Amino acid sequence: MFEVVIGLEVHTQLNTNTKLFCSCPTSFNHTQNTNTCPTCLALPGALPVLNKEVLHKSIMFGTAVDATINRDSYFDRKSYFYPDSPSSYQITQLYTPVVEHGSLEIDLEDGSKKTIRINRAHIEADAGKNIHEGDISKVDLNRAGTPLLEIVSEPDMRSSDEVILYLKKLHSIVRYLDISDANMQEGSFRVDVNVSIRPKGDEKLYTRVEIKNINSFKFIEKAIEVEVARQIDAWEDGTYEEEIAQETRLFDQVKQETRSMRGKEEAADYRYFPEPDLLKAVVSDEMFEKYSKIPELPDEKRARFVSEYNMSEYNAGVLTASLEWAKYFETMMAEGASAKNAITWLTVELQGRLSGGITPETSPISAQTLATIVKAIDDKTISGKAAKDVLDYRMENEMEIDAIIEKLGLKQVSDTGAIETMVDEIMAANMDKVEQYRGGKEKLLGFFVGQVMKASKGSANPQVVNEIVTKKLA
Amino acid sequence: MITLKEALALSKEELEAFKDALKTQIEANKELNGYIDVNSVGEGVPIAIKDNIQVDGWAVTAASNILQGYVSPYNATVIDKMKAAGLSPLGRTNMDEFAMGSTTESSFYGKTLNPHNAEYVPGGSSGGSAAVVGAGLAIAALGSDTGGSIRQPAAYCGVVGMKPTYGRVSRYGLGAYASSLDQIGPITQNVEDAAILYDILSGHDEKDSTSSTLECLSVADKLDKSRKLKIAVIQGHTDEASDAIKSAYTKAIDALKSAGHEVVERELLDGKYDISAYYVTATAEATTNLARYDGIRYGNRVEGKNLSDTYIQTRSNGFGDEVKRRILLGNFVLSSGYYDAYYVKAQKVRSLIKAEYEKIFEEVDLVLSPVAPDTAPKFGEMSDPMKMYLSDIYTISVNLAGLPAISLPIENAASNGMPVGLQLIAAPFNEQTLFDGALSLESTINYTKGN
Repeated sequence: MFEVVIGLEVHTQLNTNTKLFCSCPTSFNHTQNTNTCPTCLALPGALPVLNKEVLHKSIMFGTAVDATINRDSYFDRKSYFYPDSPSSYQITQLYTPVVEHGSLEIDLEDGSKKTIRINRAHIEADAGKNIHEGDISKVDLNRAGTPLLEIVSEPDMRSSDEVILYLKKLHSIVRYLDISDANMQEGSFRVDVNVSIRPKGDEKLYTRVEIKNINSFKFIEKAIEVEVARQIDAWEDGTYEEEIAQETRLFDQVKQETRSMRGKEEAADYRYFPEPDLLKAVVSDEMFEKYSKIPELPDEKRARFVSEYNMSEYNAGVLTASLEWAKYFETMMAEGASAKNAITWLTVELQGRLSGGITPETSPISAQTLATIVKAIDDKTISGKAAKDVLDYRMENEMEIDAIIEKLGLKQVSDTGAIETMVDEIMAANMDKVEQYRGGKEKLLGFFVGQVMKASKGSANPQVVNEIVTKKLA
Repeated sequence: MITLKEALALSKEELEAFKDALKTQIEANKELNGYIDVNSVGEGVPIAIKDNIQVDGWAVTAASNILQGYVSPYNATVIDKMKAAGLSPLGRTNMDEFAMGSTTESSFYGKTLNPHNAEYVPGGSSGGSAAVVGAGLAIAALGSDTGGSIRQPAAYCGVVGMKPTYGRVSRYGLGAYASSLDQIGPITQNVEDAAILYDILSGHDEKDSTSSTLECLSVADKLDKSRKLKIAVIQGHTDEASDAIKSAYTKAIDALKSAGHEVVERELLDGKYDISAYYVTATAEATTNLARYDGIRYGNRVEGKNLSDTYIQTRSNGFGDEVKRRILLGNFVLSSGYYDAYYVKAQKVRSLIKAEYEKIFEEVDLVLSPVAPDTAPKFGEMSDPMKMYLSDIYTISVNLAGLPAISLPIENAASNGMPVGLQLIAAPFNEQTLFDGALSLESTINYTKGN
């Protein structure tokens, strides 16, 4: 029996306005190589100057994962040649990173919690992009010098499930802090997975294989699965020593296999040494005070939703996993919708109608609109059943909720006068049944209520009808 | 040649006439090969610029083949400061490739002659800058000093060369050799001009993170040669130096004493440690600083069969031997398994050197030292790289400790008639004392080119 040992390196692009070491903008929808300057092009004589905003966001992250914030951290040069790296060295933090010794908690399937230790989070500069077109390769340096926070876990995860739980938690923390867009498809949340296996009970760590840049949770799961299988096969075939090397492998999504990126003989020597163009990065008391005050985190929000809105643990977990949906819910609360109906209408009715991948930003129903529907239910303007028709109609048509209710004729009649008239008419037409009821056949109550509802074409408020019928029959 | 001080007093018309005449004179003395070319920017007092300082619109190549075709799109901070002060870049000067060398022989543009005698090197790496000032073909020039590259050529060419405290002058726009050691500084005809130019160049620059935020006071307007200073000489310092150096050294000590300064003896670490610490540190930094010259974005690319071949071809063809030697050395000392034994150890030595100077400057104002073990060598005499590295023995501790120092001519050697310069060294950010002492020594010695 084997145990899987996994540690993760997550590269989070920090959402600062300008790059890490120059004042070029970090936005990407620009013509290639226009967001560049002497520094991020590595022209002769250009020098880096640290963007303090990066330090601020690092402090926020370190605080969120209960880490040590190093008041003095240092930059180092990591040397390698590649066209997307203009200076041919990356400025990173090897020896003394800004954040060390943190942890976060994941909630396992069985309801227990597990702590995953975070070894460090260090600041480093992103590379540009190489674009290959047939025989020609082009380089776009707009991204070069964008700030990254590389978050390195300890090898504390024992399954791909734990990996996904860790990544989802990390992702939501980063989003709650608003320090990164953390969009996996766009590459602002990139995951490298370090995988090894060992016989169960063995304490020793065996050869770890790094799988680089996998851009979805689904592929991460798959990549781990096939890499673990490869390592176990090698072990069982007695070829572990020859076949499993400490190396970087790429996950091939089509062939569902991992492939070696470079041979052992080319193992890189990054020749790290302290960056002489930069002084140490200093976190002053004032800076620490200001940026260690962080907004509510997912776990805190979940606990609050449970206690404040009487929400189930499950619903609170679902809603707070995404900052955007949690904010959506809170907007509904601010609009005055009842918590009970809001939870159902958001998690069951709306989310059930949205196909996968729809976010609050792309949803056709805004939090205000859904709150309007829920409030109409709350004050009995429409029935819950009618509200489903309203929501369906609103998904297809851009229209005010009141106008939809009007148009579909779904407004409930709660006007007692009108209902009393209807009840009187029904009773007059069914005097025999009135007598039977008064004679003790109380089951007939349902008949009268049904007749009134029918007469009102379903628009009468059933509760009001019930009360009036009961009173008049007595 | 008029001095910088005099030039700053000229009218616009006089200045234009002067510049025209200067260009003609430069053209007539082409065989010196101090200038690579003679472009000029804007109006103002012309200053020659070493070929590793960025001037917007100029080809700036660090005298390397690999940067042929490169045109700088921006000004170094010192260039902006000069222009704001009424100075203008005129002509870029020859140098050792990427400032690596002591003779300017490693330049892609060929050798520069020593203005005193064409058989001798002008020194390096700022050999072109020192030669044009020494030859009367520039009022003043900018150089850069990583291990003596301003002070040594100044000494060989009989002019004044000053290296500011590390962090006093912005490095933004200086093509880097070794980032923790490089400083831009003035090469001038006299001490006062050096102080004037230093005042213009110095000050905090937010574009250079290593630039000091300490208050930067002007020095030229407060020059005082009558200040009585305590000046240290280092025990046994000239034992290995030539007779020419010993003679100038004795002469300078006598002059300082006669001017009323107190001369005392102090000890320093054996200079052989300086050499090791320097070449490990400088080449480690240089290896990475020069890694950007890959032929991808700019410069002289040689197409290869594939990406890695393009790197190899570009860099093999683009760099000269001395640059390659230092890149290899730097890579070696940073390699895994060697890092602690070389780079880390070198930094410890560097701290020791710094601490020793700190101790000395608790008690004295200045240190007097040779600049080089001998006068300028003849062309080819420094072809052994080890011999060349050892000739840096007097200058590099100043860079390792980040100190300000100024080299000024004392006399011409009896043996070959070549100038001998000595240097004064001060505590960090004590440029005022440095210039005061240098002015006192200069006026007491009264060196003239022909003596």
